[in-house]
Amino acid sequence: MISLSINGQSHTADVEDSTPLLWVLRDTLGMTGTKYGCGIAQCGACTVHVDGVAMRSCSIPVSAVAGKQIATIEGLAVGGKLTNVQQAWLDNDVPQCGYCQSGMIMAVAALLKQKPKPTDADIDAAITNICRCGTYQQIRAAVHAAANA
Amino acid sequence: MTYIPRMNRRAFVIGASAAGGGLALGFALPFGPQAAGAADASPEVNAWVLIKPDDTVVVRVARSEMGQGTLTGLAQLVAEELECDWSKVTTEFPTPGQNLARKRIWGNMQSTGSQGIRQSNEYVRQGGAAAREMLIQAAANAWKVPASECSAASSVITHKPSGRATTYGKVADAAAKVEPPKDIKLKDVKDWKIAGKGVKRLDTYNKLIGKQTYGIDIKMPGMLIATIKACPVNGGKLKSFDAAKVTGMPGVKKVVSVDGNAVAVVADTFWHAKTAVDNLPIEWDLGDDAKQSSATIAEFVKTGLEADQAYIGNKTGDASVAIAGAAKKIEAVYNYPFQHHATMEPMNVTARWTADRCEGWGPTQNAETALATVIEASGLPAEKCDFYKTQNAGGGFGRRGRADFVRQGVLIAKEMSGTPIKLIWTREEDFTHCTYHPITQCKLTAALDANNNLVGLHIRIAGQSILASLAPQGLQNGMDPVVFQGLTANAPEGAFGYNVPNVLIDHAMRNTFLTAGFWRGVNVNHNAIYTECFIDEIAKAVGQGPLEFRRKYLKPKNLAVLNAAAEKAGWGTPPPQGVFRGLAQYHGYATYSAAVAEVSITNQGRVKIERIVVALDPGTAVNPAQIERQAAGSFVYGLSALLYGEITVKDGAVEQRNFDTYNLMRLAEMPKVEVILMPSGGFWGGIGEPTIAVAAPAVLNAIAAATGKRMRSVPLKNTDLRSA
Repeated sequence: MISLSINGQSHTADVEDSTPLLWVLRDTLGMTGTKYGCGIAQCGACTVHVDGVAMRSCSIPVSAVAGKQIATIEGLAVGGKLTNVQQAWLDNDVPQCGYCQSGMIMAVAALLKQKPKPTDADIDAAITNICRCGTYQQIRAAVHAAANA
Repeated sequence: MTYIPRMNRRAFVIGASAAGGGLALGFALPFGPQAAGAADASPEVNAWVLIKPDDTVVVRVARSEMGQGTLTGLAQLVAEELECDWSKVTTEFPTPGQNLARKRIWGNMQSTGSQGIRQSNEYVRQGGAAAREMLIQAAANAWKVPASECSAASSVITHKPSGRATTYGKVADAAAKVEPPKDIKLKDVKDWKIAGKGVKRLDTYNKLIGKQTYGIDIKMPGMLIATIKACPVNGGKLKSFDAAKVTGMPGVKKVVSVDGNAVAVVADTFWHAKTAVDNLPIEWDLGDDAKQSSATIAEFVKTGLEADQAYIGNKTGDASVAIAGAAKKIEAVYNYPFQHHATMEPMNVTARWTADRCEGWGPTQNAETALATVIEASGLPAEKCDFYKTQNAGGGFGRRGRADFVRQGVLIAKEMSGTPIKLIWTREEDFTHCTYHPITQCKLTAALDANNNLVGLHIRIAGQSILASLAPQGLQNGMDPVVFQGLTANAPEGAFGYNVPNVLIDHAMRNTFLTAGFWRGVNVNHNAIYTECFIDEIAKAVGQGPLEFRRKYLKPKNLAVLNAAAEKAGWGTPPPQGVFRGLAQYHGYATYSAAVAEVSITNQGRVKIERIVVALDPGTAVNPAQIERQAAGSFVYGLSALLYGEITVKDGAVEQRNFDTYNLMRLAEMPKVEVILMPSGGFWGGIGEPTIAVAAPAVLNAIAAATGKRMRSVPLKNTDLRSA
């Protein structure tokens, strides 16, 4: 039994220590906003925050995050109020299929915590998630919009 | 010659052949553009429009949404004619089972071939207009005044002479009982207020908060999760497996043989299922194709370049005579590899089977084929089956037009009666069991006269046919007409853009053992590279500029978009230091596209794509904001293939298994994309796919301008462009 702190709430999960955090979130705790894309930390669809840092949950054994603060897409908007990043995504009509966008938004939220006014080069370096619909141009615009909100 | 009716018939044939005679009859029923009235007690005005007492408008959308925006665009078209309040519009999908039961009242449910809006725009607008007239008539009946004295705007019906007004929600029930109008006049595009505008998508909010339910997210009481491993060599068989080795592993419920070529493990969680299948000892009968490799495939395809037998897709004048008598002859050979779709959401389906009913849930581009597959795999009659598509598929790009994963899911569920089974493919299964973008090679020969006029052209394509792989019934005397996308003499769907007196374009079919499939853009991807790069080669050989040369031969609509892109890009003015330009045009999915790309070559010999200006004429534009996004998105898809995309084969198996060996464009590589939307009216072109054609050749032509060398083989990842 592993104790986890997710979006400020305590959860317990009866899983093997080696289970990736992604699948504990999705299958054990029913939090499906975090997505499976590749399972090898390449695409970023599964990005969550661990102690405020963006990490790819498909490749983190759940035992490694016991006692740490985990944040997922479901916990971003508190009381239904969208964060600046989510609002910028809405204003810029960013998502197409939307499947990668949970991970994108989490990656961008972590970037803006580190660098509140990122340059294009900062965005290029930090946002390496894959979007197959090709929403990158809208994402860049929305990151700047969120930074300036 | 047009592909459209054939594409529709082909789709129908797929459904029918998969499901047997009874369903074929069902799917063959014609459908009318308007409802005959509600078949059940649901409060619908007609098949397309349901209005609730609080004035909420529910627009029924028959096509699939996988990111391309068709859901919003189709709702705009219905709402435009309905004269309703756009802020109160929501959508819902009828199921293919309901469609069958109501004699296909919603028509074709496919989202493939960029057809969602262009091929249903007329009847969905008629649905909206008919509902509007019925609502007005219902209000007029209640007021005992002629309907001709009433008008509707923004969901409010007004009788001007008496000053009375009511809302759609108040008269919807009565409207449903009104006789549908016989003659429906649609609005002129110039009068549009909702359609034609760049309104926001209707399906964004839940995607921002993790609440959008994709197929992979489906939860049901008692549901179990399965994952699967199919034979690594396409066409190979399952010999044996040792279930006892994994049945004691955590969470494992059952190990199931599927269709004689795959094994699935059913468990309580995906991770348990995956861990078990990874540890399951499996023996395969790989078959003869285990000897195949990329080299053997390339050799085989190459035999088509000089073969005597080929299917003719375009013949004007006599190209062979023109080439034989040419003052100057130019020749080049190109190739294009297999590509994988790699939708972000891996293939998945949820299925529940009992002896009495079978249902499937999940992402599909083709709900009717998904249903036909459920019916066939379940062994149950059509009326005991249905398929429910999720509101958004996590990408489709053609892959989800096929229902192979639906069949697997139902066969697994059949082994565990009553238990909902969610089958999820691993990314590795997705890479190795795709329906790949066809592999082709092309030999092009141009004839120039003594004055450097292009007088003859022979384009010989050799390679795989998608129809031969997926729907051989669609072949015409052995020929796959779809291979000539954008190369026909004058098909409205996509014609060769150049006026040349002697043209021969033919296809020597070389079908490999891998399954070929529809991949965003389909055959325009390679056809556009071959023709647009070769046109640049001809222009260079005669000492003319790429734009100057094309202007002599291009048809008017092709030239209009090319000129627009060139002008905005500053063609003819010096580009920034170290930047080089290339251009391309193409006609596909009934839309004209042209692009100018600006590139530089890095110190590492890689191409950096700085900017692309694209102009497109889709005839009619329903949502300009989404059209811009589709153009930019299509470039990411097409340029990922140009830069990195290549599926290779060793010992009969696909070598690429995940994104670490099949790279894709990231944000840092995204060029600035500027879109010029110039709908010229009078026709409806597609949006999701046509622009993909021009990105790769424009970039390749810019690279040639930068390096002086012509890249005729892609992807570029293996080439140092400084020494290309």
